[in-house]
Amino acid sequence: MKPAPFDYVRADALGEALDALHEAGDEARVIAGGQSLVPMLNMRLARPSVLVDITRVSELKRIEQRKGQVFVGAAVRQVELEHWAPLAGLLPMIAAMMPWIGHAQTRSRGTVCGSLAHADPSAELPLALLALGGEVHLRNRRKKRVLPASAFFMGMMATAVEPGEMIEAVAFPTHPMGTGTAFREIARRHGDFAIVACAAIARPDGTNRLAVGGVADTPQAIDLPDPSDDGFEDALNEFAWSLGARDDLHASARYRRDLVRSLGRQTVKEAISCRS
Amino acid sequence: MTINPSADRWIGRSVPRVEDPALLTGRARFVDDIPTAVGTLEAVIVRSPHGHATIRSIDVSQALKSEGVAAVVTGEDVKRLTRSMTVGVKADVQCWPIATDRVRYVGEPVAIVIAADRYLAEDAADKVAVDYEVLPAVVEPVAALQSDAPVLHPSLGSNLINERRFSYGDPDGAFASAAHRIGIDVAYPRNSCTPIETYGVIASYEPGEDAYDILANFQGPFSIHAVVARALKVPGNRMRLRTPPSSGGSYGIKQGVFPYMILMGVAARIAGRPVKWIEDRLEHLAASVSATNRVTRLEAAVEADGRITALDWDQIEDCGAHLRAPEPATLYRMHGNMTGAYAIDNLSIRNRVVLTNKTPTGLNRGFGGPQIYFPLERLMQRIAKELGLDPLEVIRRNLVPAANFPYRTASGALLDSGDYQSALDRAVSKGGLDELKRRRAEARAEGRLYGIGLAAVVEPSVSNMGYITTVLTPEQRDKAGPKNGAQATATIAIDPLGAVSVKVASVPQGQGHRTVLSQVVADTLGLDPKAITVVADVDTGRDAWSIASGNYSSRFAPAVAGTAKLAADRLRAKLGEVAAGQLNIQAHDVDFANGRAFARSNPDNSVSFARVAAAAHWAPGTLPDSVDQTIRETVFWTPEQLQAPNAEDKVNSSLCHGFIFDFCGVEIDRDTGEVRIDRYVTMHDCGTILHPAMVDGQVRGGFAQALGAALLEEFAYGADGSFLSGTLADYLIPTVMEVPEPIILHYESPSPFTPLGAKGVGEGNCMSTPACIANAVADAIGADEIVLPLSPSRIAGLLAGDEPQPKVKPKQVEDTPPGGQRKLTGEGSAEVAASREEVWRMLLDPATLEAIIPGSHGVTKVSDTHFTADVTLGVGPVKGRYKADIELSDLDAPNAVTLSGKTVGALGSGEGSGRVTLEDLGGGRTRISYSYEAGIGGKVASVGGRLLDGAARVVIGQFFKALAHHAGGGEVPGAGVFARLKALIGGGR
Repeated sequence: MKPAPFDYVRADALGEALDALHEAGDEARVIAGGQSLVPMLNMRLARPSVLVDITRVSELKRIEQRKGQVFVGAAVRQVELEHWAPLAGLLPMIAAMMPWIGHAQTRSRGTVCGSLAHADPSAELPLALLALGGEVHLRNRRKKRVLPASAFFMGMMATAVEPGEMIEAVAFPTHPMGTGTAFREIARRHGDFAIVACAAIARPDGTNRLAVGGVADTPQAIDLPDPSDDGFEDALNEFAWSLGARDDLHASARYRRDLVRSLGRQTVKEAISCRS
Repeated sequence: MTINPSADRWIGRSVPRVEDPALLTGRARFVDDIPTAVGTLEAVIVRSPHGHATIRSIDVSQALKSEGVAAVVTGEDVKRLTRSMTVGVKADVQCWPIATDRVRYVGEPVAIVIAADRYLAEDAADKVAVDYEVLPAVVEPVAALQSDAPVLHPSLGSNLINERRFSYGDPDGAFASAAHRIGIDVAYPRNSCTPIETYGVIASYEPGEDAYDILANFQGPFSIHAVVARALKVPGNRMRLRTPPSSGGSYGIKQGVFPYMILMGVAARIAGRPVKWIEDRLEHLAASVSATNRVTRLEAAVEADGRITALDWDQIEDCGAHLRAPEPATLYRMHGNMTGAYAIDNLSIRNRVVLTNKTPTGLNRGFGGPQIYFPLERLMQRIAKELGLDPLEVIRRNLVPAANFPYRTASGALLDSGDYQSALDRAVSKGGLDELKRRRAEARAEGRLYGIGLAAVVEPSVSNMGYITTVLTPEQRDKAGPKNGAQATATIAIDPLGAVSVKVASVPQGQGHRTVLSQVVADTLGLDPKAITVVADVDTGRDAWSIASGNYSSRFAPAVAGTAKLAADRLRAKLGEVAAGQLNIQAHDVDFANGRAFARSNPDNSVSFARVAAAAHWAPGTLPDSVDQTIRETVFWTPEQLQAPNAEDKVNSSLCHGFIFDFCGVEIDRDTGEVRIDRYVTMHDCGTILHPAMVDGQVRGGFAQALGAALLEEFAYGADGSFLSGTLADYLIPTVMEVPEPIILHYESPSPFTPLGAKGVGEGNCMSTPACIANAVADAIGADEIVLPLSPSRIAGLLAGDEPQPKVKPKQVEDTPPGGQRKLTGEGSAEVAASREEVWRMLLDPATLEAIIPGSHGVTKVSDTHFTADVTLGVGPVKGRYKADIELSDLDAPNAVTLSGKTVGALGSGEGSGRVTLEDLGGGRTRISYSYEAGIGGKVASVGGRLLDGAARVVIGQFFKALAHHAGGGEVPGAGVFARLKALIGGGR
């Protein structure tokens, strides 16, 4: 378990990182926390010829609140967001998720944007991005672009990031008064990849949004009426089936659908009860 | 019989462990910390990605040219320099530590690359080209017995390598006259206790003396030393084996390092330099050793009151691809106590040992215990349920009566001591079984799922070296000569300053041997334990050791510490005579305490221990005539109770038999199937307790690992032999978050057969806990068929009713059982702006294929319907380069064609086929529909199982999307779009 040879570029400024990425094209990978990438390197599953380390780029280390959004820079570690004082007030869903993201040890190294870039179908932060309607800010040497979750996640571990491009930040919208959010997850052990993870938003207007991770290749979301509404159970059931659950070592497809129905219902109800 | 730590004794007190300061401050030395000789090379093992395949050829030429490479060793080299490892049964089969002509499990060594460092060795390992012809695999033991099953070892003619039947008492008569015949079928899964430190070997070879020197974190039994020396074709004195002072755990698993001792010995010999190898985690999970999985049918003849009069066992033991020493010991270790804690006079056993395309098995904590106690204790619950009796009463009625000890079991074990009924009663009252019953009643009244499980277990320790020969017929045993005993050894030495050192051959694996031995010797010699130094690692070139040496079968406290006590007694007797002379008193009046020797009748008449002890160094002439020396005393001890199996196949398989009674209450979440352990109570009688905190530590550790076996852990295999649990994200070990604190209770019935009255305690919960939890879950949900591990998904499956159906059922969804064959399937379609004929032509055109095969580096046309390609496949950052072989078949121009492909590369192999159909939509448009089925093996299947389906979907989907785009002509696929598509799936250049 030793990686294949690679070149290592430690960028001190964003421009350096973008230049290095431009030069190496799709042979390059950005490395920040390395909590997913380093095991893949060591198992030689991934063999990028260049690693561009962005952890020293100061402009990527910021967490900022502006225009109803929380911007988290690409070098911000999960633990830093976890301990960011306004988090529970502004993004209660992410605050609820934090203890479920790996372990304290992995959160102390892993970055928020790194989890998005890795696009594991069971990961919590991609689910939050979709559930909250957040946006990913991408840039290459010449231009910037902003993508919503639905355009960013293209499949299992596949994103819209192009060669030469990197995530600069992610923006999570904060919600108006009267919004409730909730998060629930089932995993084999504490800190394991989710078998099913549910994130729900109950909006002031009485509508709800449920996002589910761990089942389809990317997180998926659905708008749902109030659980007391006649159409709720049917809509949830259709959604559970539409995710194309599969059997694996840890859970059957049926079990995943069952959890989408039961956990999904509980999460929506909890979000409604959290509506302030 | 209670635990009363005596104020004037060190034994029985939880003194601080002498091992801890070094362990807790990072100064302990493990195998990877041991300094190596200048010029030592590092080895990497190239391993089989297939469960079963013949090796057509191995090309090492590119690897040899790789930077820093000293040598590449293959099976041919190993065959030339060694002989096949000894197999424990009479069978026409060879057992090599590396594949010679075929591979039989994923992870089987195929070649060893030896280079200046591990990085360079792994670079070169990528360049070893092995050409395999894949064979059908068999992974289930029952399937392996079928007449049409693929045979692993053609010389055997089948996969059944050994079968024996045993009958004790009159089982047929008992079954014929019993009121009930109650049976259970169990498939016990594969798992292991997974030490945090993996295997490590540092080997060197001295050609001038034809001698090997091997340092390995091997734990024993040292019977294996003989296996390794024989394999290396040297006498035992030319195979010096040493062990490091500290170990990152073993639980039996480290015994399995021995084939690598042979391989690294050969590697060092060929490279002409010392060679170091440290196993990585993937290697460890895939290919170290696991416990056996076993399929069992167990039936009991039962009277109306629940009293069992006979047991009938039919066991099919799966030892994996090779029967490696000391297997099939897992199957025979418990042979004397197949009746568990119960007085059952009639017993019938049929034992079959089969080979399958899985990792060879070996020692593992609990060794053979979980495999018998799971069916036996599940059966006890079943008997209670079927007869409408209280499970506790069924257990109680069948326990060996307290008055009958020592008790000879039907199959020959001599249960040394105990009072099972009293221990059980104490557990029930102190552990609060009634309270759990009340909680169960309350929970059930509220509609919650709550269950109580019980398990009673006899925990054997100090194995009889002869038990394994029970696998031979009495005639075969007569021919081979008797094997028996459990030689333990201890040496106590005194230096010229009178300081005491103790040396044993027991290779600690973290238990605290050094602490306990210092307590034992301190008590005898009247010293403070801190004044005593203990060395427990082994050097076969210098130390006293025997074939039974090592750290296994929970033999430390009963055998090794006991032997140290005997050595201390012997030394004390001599020192007493020396002191008598110095104090001018009679020897029987001498006592030792607080670092002094004194007259018991007049304690003021005393002399320091050091002065007495050093006399043999400084003034041997002053010793009494009856004393030769007091410098070094080595004692060997073997218990007379451990005799060879007799002509009736009765065997006292272990010297000591502890007793465990466990019960627990669990609650199951109706929605999620998750198990919450409300309370777990475990009562242990391990004889005299030497160090209470360590005993409780053993219980906690065994409990945690058993909880893993019950709820989480399984080595999973695909039907093709692919290994699916190659990371700790797939092989799930319980963490502190998953393990509740058990309530630990004790009952002390000293063993009359061991010097200190101690019995083993290290393995019991691995035997009792899986059955206890399973019984509780069965009680909670009312199910009979309980399969481990009890994942939430599995339990939810037992609870689930009819599922609400969707209005439109997605076609992708199919209900395959978890653990079934891992076939990846999928389908899709695309519309293109081209006629069917045009699309058809493209499918048969290498230029088109080159453009649409994801990550193609070039397509070669072999024939009109056969192409080869060099491709980079992957998802996201995960990429690997593969050689692909593509064939078109079932051509139905221009309607349909089948594409079959095989890929082989460093990350593993894939095989699949897809049916493509073309439908004319009119107006020059065509719908391309495809469905595929693929199987993936090798590393990527072992470590990426969770993501494989999605990854295959991405790659295969991209192929057909690219075809669609390509067929669309200049309309859709501009170069930029296509490049982007390829980049997406990792194929861009």
